[in-house]
Amino acid sequence: MHRVKLVLFTLLGLGAAALVAEQSSVPAPAQEPAANQATPQAPAHPPASPPVRVARPAAYPVRPPADPAVVARGHQIFSANCSFCHGSDARGGEGGPNLIRSELVLDDNNGELIATVVQNGRPDKGMPKFDLSKEDIETIAAFIHSMPVGGRAATTGTVDPLVGDAKAGEAYFNGAGKCATCHSVTGDLAGIGARYTDVRALQGAMLSGEQRGESSESPHKTVTVTLRDGNTVEGTLYQIDDFIVSVVDADGNYHSYARQGDSPKVVIKDALQPHLDMLRTLKDDDIHNLTAYLVTLK
Amino acid sequence: MKKTRAFFFVTLIVSMAGIASAQGLDPVLLTKPATDSWPTYSGDYSGQRFSSLTQINQTNIKNLGLAWVNHLTPGPGNAGPFSRPGPGNPPTIVGGEIDEPVPVRGAGRISGAVLQVNGILYVSVPDNAWAVDARNGMVLWHYFWKTKGGTHIGNRGMGMYHDWLYFETPDDYLVSLDAKTGKERWHKVISDFNEQYFSTIAPLVIGNHLIVGTADDLDAPGFLQSFDPETGDLQWKWYSEPEKMGEPGSETWPNLDAMRHGGAGTWVPGSYDPKLHLYYFGTANPTPAFSGATREGDNLYTSCIVALNVDTGKLAWYYQPSPHDTHDWDAAQTPIIVDGDFKGKPRKLLLDASRNGYFFVLDRVTGEHLLTVPYADSLNWAKGIDKLGRPIRDPEKDASPGGALVLPDSDGIVNWQPPTYDPQTGLFYVATDEIYSVYYRTEPNVRALQGLNGIQEQRVGTKGKYITAIDYKTGKIAWRHLQVSAGEGEGNTGLTTTAGKLLFGGDANGNLVAYDPANGKPLWHTHLGQVSNAVETYMLDGRQYILAASGDSLYAFALNF
Repeated sequence: MHRVKLVLFTLLGLGAAALVAEQSSVPAPAQEPAANQATPQAPAHPPASPPVRVARPAAYPVRPPADPAVVARGHQIFSANCSFCHGSDARGGEGGPNLIRSELVLDDNNGELIATVVQNGRPDKGMPKFDLSKEDIETIAAFIHSMPVGGRAATTGTVDPLVGDAKAGEAYFNGAGKCATCHSVTGDLAGIGARYTDVRALQGAMLSGEQRGESSESPHKTVTVTLRDGNTVEGTLYQIDDFIVSVVDADGNYHSYARQGDSPKVVIKDALQPHLDMLRTLKDDDIHNLTAYLVTLK
Repeated sequence: MKKTRAFFFVTLIVSMAGIASAQGLDPVLLTKPATDSWPTYSGDYSGQRFSSLTQINQTNIKNLGLAWVNHLTPGPGNAGPFSRPGPGNPPTIVGGEIDEPVPVRGAGRISGAVLQVNGILYVSVPDNAWAVDARNGMVLWHYFWKTKGGTHIGNRGMGMYHDWLYFETPDDYLVSLDAKTGKERWHKVISDFNEQYFSTIAPLVIGNHLIVGTADDLDAPGFLQSFDPETGDLQWKWYSEPEKMGEPGSETWPNLDAMRHGGAGTWVPGSYDPKLHLYYFGTANPTPAFSGATREGDNLYTSCIVALNVDTGKLAWYYQPSPHDTHDWDAAQTPIIVDGDFKGKPRKLLLDASRNGYFFVLDRVTGEHLLTVPYADSLNWAKGIDKLGRPIRDPEKDASPGGALVLPDSDGIVNWQPPTYDPQTGLFYVATDEIYSVYYRTEPNVRALQGLNGIQEQRVGTKGKYITAIDYKTGKIAWRHLQVSAGEGEGNTGLTTTAGKLLFGGDANGNLVAYDPANGKPLWHTHLGQVSNAVETYMLDGRQYILAASGDSLYAFALNF
């Protein structure tokens, strides 16, 4: 879940590589994500001075991988004895709870806690006892522990993100969507369906107006600064806040100016502004239809 | 030789600190807003982050300059480059239950409260705590906890009770230190690491209670605990979900299994009303976070503002800003308590800018809803407001195979960074961030969903960062100041106001800025890099200090006379 910012900063950084080197500045670090959100991915390009790589701590205890043969055996025993109530995927059934995220299972190392429950049953909860050996239960434990468990663990299922209607998308592109005002399917968008193999990346690029993921460079903001003497400086906007504006001109020269209120006059042009503006009213169905249409432009 | 020096220095520190903080911090003082210290997470219990100090004000802010800076170096055995006061290196005290700590990437990041008591600052980042002389930034001691792992996302600061300090570790310990020496008194397990809890919140001292939260991304239930600050013994434990079917609130869950795995961590410190004896805070999102398929209903008390009796941990009332949250927004923001008029009637109020983009005013005695207004421009996930003032979620905006375009992103319009309330202007200030995200559901099997998984989020546009001032009496936006930047800009900022008619915060380009709270006009700034905590202020030796952090560095500012 990295942010657009990273890509933008990095591209700007590359565009003014000499400058970056001189100032030994590096792109801004990722914003701290919400406390309960996936950690950001690395930026698309490495920063100018890559940080020393140190292993990230595990978000939860890591179990050493078990012998696949033991896991397979445990799966068989689980299927025969446990899946009727706990589900074939151990994620719960009509009678038994989800074992994957069970407190007892998470605290179990090698079947020692699971064995107590299996061998004694839980009569108060309707679970009978099972006459399974310690060794058998250890294989069951190895099977359950082999499944990924984590609030951020990748899932294995796949969903087709291509849900739209290409014909409707084409009509929207040329009609109400006004996409054809700026874009052409035989010009800038020719072959875009072949340039992206990831439908979500294509859709993201379409919405933001940035080329991302599978392409090279995005358009960025340009700025015109009108100085007190009337001269103007134009170029790529490098940074701006209430106190400074800086520009990289067509020759790659860096210019920075102190800002005080409206002086000097700063006019920013963001080629992507129409994209940002359309997000306010764009309907999800139209997005999906447009994407389905763009995918056909091979 | 070495030993002798270390011993000498420890003795020196003890005697120095003994003079400086003979009384420690009497918890009674926490009920009175202080100007000579910053003794608890928000400065005081109200959550207002308003200081009555006026030495630094609009007239002289142009003379505000650096008093000192220090970089803090986490890890074992290194207290940092600015830590050599003469007789020897300050001690690093090492704690933990394993021999070799799991390596942690990157430097520490100060992203929570720094306490200032009797001229000493107490600073923390995950696994590390420091005592620092507030007069020059010199490190007095450093404590390092050898971690087993866990989500190292941040540490929101420490709590203090008499001479004792408390902080949480990512691997779920509550550690108590002797403030004079940094030596560990005890540590206690606060939640089960194996169940994938992780702990970041600043413990809050209220009387003889130590209020401690924790969080989990694997569906395990959130809870808030109160410990005895002396012994670390548990006093009460409040779960974020009802514990049994049939209890009030259980009707908002389809079954016991979903309810007992409903998440809702307690990771942002709240506020406290000493007269009502109620502690107010926001709970986190329900889990699975991005799909409600297995948890039909409102899912109480996830994404709620709750009021708990601080002696018993019993629920007094709740209000749910995001019923059946499906975007990981939580209701975790520090609520602000204000006594003021509402529709011509004096009221005890609670103000809350929720992460979902709606601003709420509640009566904090009863939880009665008084006002709901959107405080962001382009929210698109709700179909309206129901009769209880709650936004009505549009299910079409849940994560879907083809993607749902939603504002805000899962970070929310705000995140943990605290807002401020200025009684002089009557305005509530919050730093907002309006980002469009596409939420994709990537896992077809709802049985495989847990925690935050099963989705992909793609940010596709930003409307910009603003400082937004809200008139709580009407819900009207008094002003918005765009934090202009070339790209998406730095992270959100926490805010603080002072009676010197100043509003402090970080901007999107890494400046620390003082704004005019009447209109958002910038009056003073300095470039630090991303301001990673919220500014604090206090008097020391007759000087008013402004304390800010950026990454691993602390910056203190004062007037140049």
